[in-house]
Amino acid sequence: MLNYILRRFLYAFPLLLGVNVLTFVLFFIVNSPDDMARMQLGQKHVTEQAIDNWKQQHGYHLPLLINQQALGTDKIKETIFFQKSLRLFAFDFGKSDSGRNIGADIKQRMWPSLALALPSLAVGLLVNISVALMMVLFRQSYLELSTIVLCIIIMSISSLFYIIGGQFIVGKLLMLIPISGYDTGINAFKFLILPVLISVVAGVGAGARWYRTLFLEEIEQDYVRTARAKGLSETQVLFKHVLKNALIPILTGVVVVLPLLFMGSLITESFFSIPGLGSYTIDAINSQDFAIVRAMVFLGSVLYIIGLLLTDISYTLVDPRVRLS
Amino acid sequence: MACIFKTFFFILSYLSLSACNEQVLNNPYPDLLTENQSVLYSSFSERPRHLDPAKSYSSNEYVFIGQIYEPPFQYHFLKRPYDLEPLTATQMPEIIYLDSSEKVLAQDAAAENIAYSDYIIEIKPQIKFQPHPALAKSGQGHYLYHQLTATELAKITQLGDFSQTGTRELTAADYVHQIKRLVHPQISSPIAELMKQYIVGLGDYAKKIKKLPRTALNSVEINGVEVVDKYRYKIRIKGKYPQFIYWLAMPFFAPMPWEADAFYSQQGLIDKNITLDWQPLGTGAYMLEENNPNLRMVMLKNPNYHAAFYPQEGEPDDKAKGLLKDAGKQLPFIDKAVYKLEKENIPYWNKFLQGYYDASGVASDSFDQAVQFTGDGELGLTQAMQDKGIQLQTAVTSSISFIGFNMLDPIVGGDSGRARKLRRAISIAIDYEEYISIFMNGRGVAAQGVIPPEIFGYTAGEQGVNPYVYQWDGNKPQRKAIAIARELMQQAGYADGVDKKTGEALILFLDTAASGPDSRSRLNWFRKQFSKLGIQIVIRATEYNRFQQKMQSGNAQIFMWGWNADYPDPENFFFLLYGPNSKVLHGGENAVNYQNKEFDRLYQQMSNMENSPERLAISHKMQEILRYDAPWVFGVHPKSVSLYHSWYHNLKPNLMANNKLKYLRIDPQQRKILRRQWNQPILWPIILAILLLIILALPAVRSFQRRAKETIK
Repeated sequence: MLNYILRRFLYAFPLLLGVNVLTFVLFFIVNSPDDMARMQLGQKHVTEQAIDNWKQQHGYHLPLLINQQALGTDKIKETIFFQKSLRLFAFDFGKSDSGRNIGADIKQRMWPSLALALPSLAVGLLVNISVALMMVLFRQSYLELSTIVLCIIIMSISSLFYIIGGQFIVGKLLMLIPISGYDTGINAFKFLILPVLISVVAGVGAGARWYRTLFLEEIEQDYVRTARAKGLSETQVLFKHVLKNALIPILTGVVVVLPLLFMGSLITESFFSIPGLGSYTIDAINSQDFAIVRAMVFLGSVLYIIGLLLTDISYTLVDPRVRLS
Repeated sequence: MACIFKTFFFILSYLSLSACNEQVLNNPYPDLLTENQSVLYSSFSERPRHLDPAKSYSSNEYVFIGQIYEPPFQYHFLKRPYDLEPLTATQMPEIIYLDSSEKVLAQDAAAENIAYSDYIIEIKPQIKFQPHPALAKSGQGHYLYHQLTATELAKITQLGDFSQTGTRELTAADYVHQIKRLVHPQISSPIAELMKQYIVGLGDYAKKIKKLPRTALNSVEINGVEVVDKYRYKIRIKGKYPQFIYWLAMPFFAPMPWEADAFYSQQGLIDKNITLDWQPLGTGAYMLEENNPNLRMVMLKNPNYHAAFYPQEGEPDDKAKGLLKDAGKQLPFIDKAVYKLEKENIPYWNKFLQGYYDASGVASDSFDQAVQFTGDGELGLTQAMQDKGIQLQTAVTSSISFIGFNMLDPIVGGDSGRARKLRRAISIAIDYEEYISIFMNGRGVAAQGVIPPEIFGYTAGEQGVNPYVYQWDGNKPQRKAIAIARELMQQAGYADGVDKKTGEALILFLDTAASGPDSRSRLNWFRKQFSKLGIQIVIRATEYNRFQQKMQSGNAQIFMWGWNADYPDPENFFFLLYGPNSKVLHGGENAVNYQNKEFDRLYQQMSNMENSPERLAISHKMQEILRYDAPWVFGVHPKSVSLYHSWYHNLKPNLMANNKLKYLRIDPQQRKILRRQWNQPILWPIILAILLLIILALPAVRSFQRRAKETIK
């Protein structure tokens, strides 16, 4: 397995380099270093000299990918791409174009994102599995039918509606919790109740139906029939046998998203004023801060690769038939 | 089953207990002790980019640094028209005019004879900087934190981790140091290039320090800026530039102790985002206690703040409005100001209604809920707002949005009668009154010229009407009929939008930076306005940077843009049309590239004058030239509308002052009572929902239990 993991890490390098080049090219097709300077210098009294000074100070005076003026290896090294993007492989994110240390910003902002994403994932998983099990338990009854209808209704409504509706009903009309905001430490709890509740409700439709399908697939298997024939009750069959076997696809599905939880949720964080990483990239794109964009895209790619690797590993852990080679 | 009932009773008891408690559940501020303190609660929607006074040039940043840094002069809080007064200075500056041989000239010397103007500024003694680790000294007089070791730096994660702080007296050298900072390449001040044109020796100084670190700024002197003595400094500028005084009221010219640069240049602090750009050091009424631009910014009253008092006089009706109740009292009134990041309008608005924000603007989605038009067309509050004691304040901003014609364009530009008539016809056809009504909820005033209200040179009433677009109907300006515009089109050779010369339809190109989906209806409206004249308009919406590039290269025919005043002087608007400021030819701010010799001559004359009837007459002449030539379709002066709660006092719109916070007052007791009254939790729907769920689930549970007990028959 160690060989497999090492090989996957080696595969990751060209992949990350490709992502880096692609991000770089796409960004500079849309924005020029002059645009970036204008954005940072403001809208008034911006002269060409001021733009040149800014580019010089921030290293954007160099050619993009190849420096025709330079000699030897400097043709590659004396470029914006080499100077700015390759340091990322050492996880040196550098400074944003507005002067802030990106690594420090990411460290600061990932905790609120995790504080929202982890309970949302855990509670959501619990609720989705419970609802799916309930549907399977009460299958072919009015409860199953009405829950499926409800799930479809929930799936059909935009998540924005839940956010605004939740804030309106729980925060404004009933005045039970703050409408939005965030605080550090234990004080964060009351600010997280509503966003977590909303993300659970918004996700229960799709999640519960997907898990129901998994459970129903299992419930028709021979081992379930055997369990029933042994005289086990329906709840014992479900919880002791079906749930255990259906957990394999559920677990692997969860593992793949785990690393990406760091990246936060744009809309939820924005509406609830949670200072996470969700809006960090979007804000950077809007302010044409290439340093942050490349750092966040790189981080996202790394986390995604780690997620896929963890999924592969988790397969071997939960299903002894799978071997990595 | 028993478990379900247990949970239900637990929730029920929690909610009942909460209901018995007077404490509200939705208070977003955890520290209940501050309920009795004079704390202002406000918000920001976009995180500030810079808090260094040499870099910052944005109103959302001035909200913070305007309270922390003190330039020598400030705008009077109550007087109108806007009036400058000393802040840290003892008096307004002594201005000495010199000829090219540095011989002193009389105060009324002709502008063309003045080669230099010396501004001598004397600051008040005994003003102290806020407590700050950069100023902390040991018993032997050495700075404690200027040369920290790697081990010491490793322990620091925020400014509050420094155990000691210090202060010192403000001196003239601190102002000079800041002027030097303006041109340091690492700082990239947005006004560096502009100031090099005015301040003697600044350009040379910039060259000398180009490769020096920030900490070495004081090792080189500027020719035109000198420390006269501990409390006096002198700035020499080229020629006569009366508007320079307004720059001296902006944070760019606030004092900066050299110790700040020495302290913040330590790499270990920079790596942790502890920089001067984020952690200010000033003498102002407030100091930044917490700087987390991703969450909140908190300012505390500066314990070292010097004696400053609420103004004793203002406009005639200020007393009746209660704005002089605090006259003569020591400033500031508010102990703490909390600004929370609030990106979306809806939660912000709802929290304002719950009393958790002290003031709010009015977004378009809450406009109808908050504001209605009175019988005489004025904005008023709805009954719901009045019942809450909320008050309304409106002010016409010192800005203008306009449609510009590129004067270098062969069709719409130039000085020909044909092009002028076309421009005037378009000016009549674009019905800005309708625009204000549809897209701005009435929050704007159709512009009659380039100068907004409350700026010297603006004239209200019949005298101030643009006679080429409007006629006076005895009470207000009335836009001319579209038939007159069509007649102008015919005279220009474009009858019904067809070019008489070519026989082809007239197609014009409108460039705009408004490219989002929200702008679509606005742009369609503009298309409709042009179509009144038979003109086919091609809208080229693009993002702002691309738009600026087009302006720079002159690659636009007609475009939409705006301007917000830097200072309350007509020169700050007329310069947008001054020939030598042409964007294409000289890289200036004259985006329409308008050239008119008489206008340029008058501009040079008026820009060197103090406000006087003569200057007013020249301004009127310049307005007339612009109205006649119509290089702009004078668009809208937007109106700012803000709401504030009854516990918030001393609010008067002042669009120029950056340091208003120190004048404001909060009544925390009244706020506490009203917040509790407005935020009593409603619990019965939750109990009802739980009961309903149980009732619905019961038959299914029973049926399942029955099925489980069934045996095969």
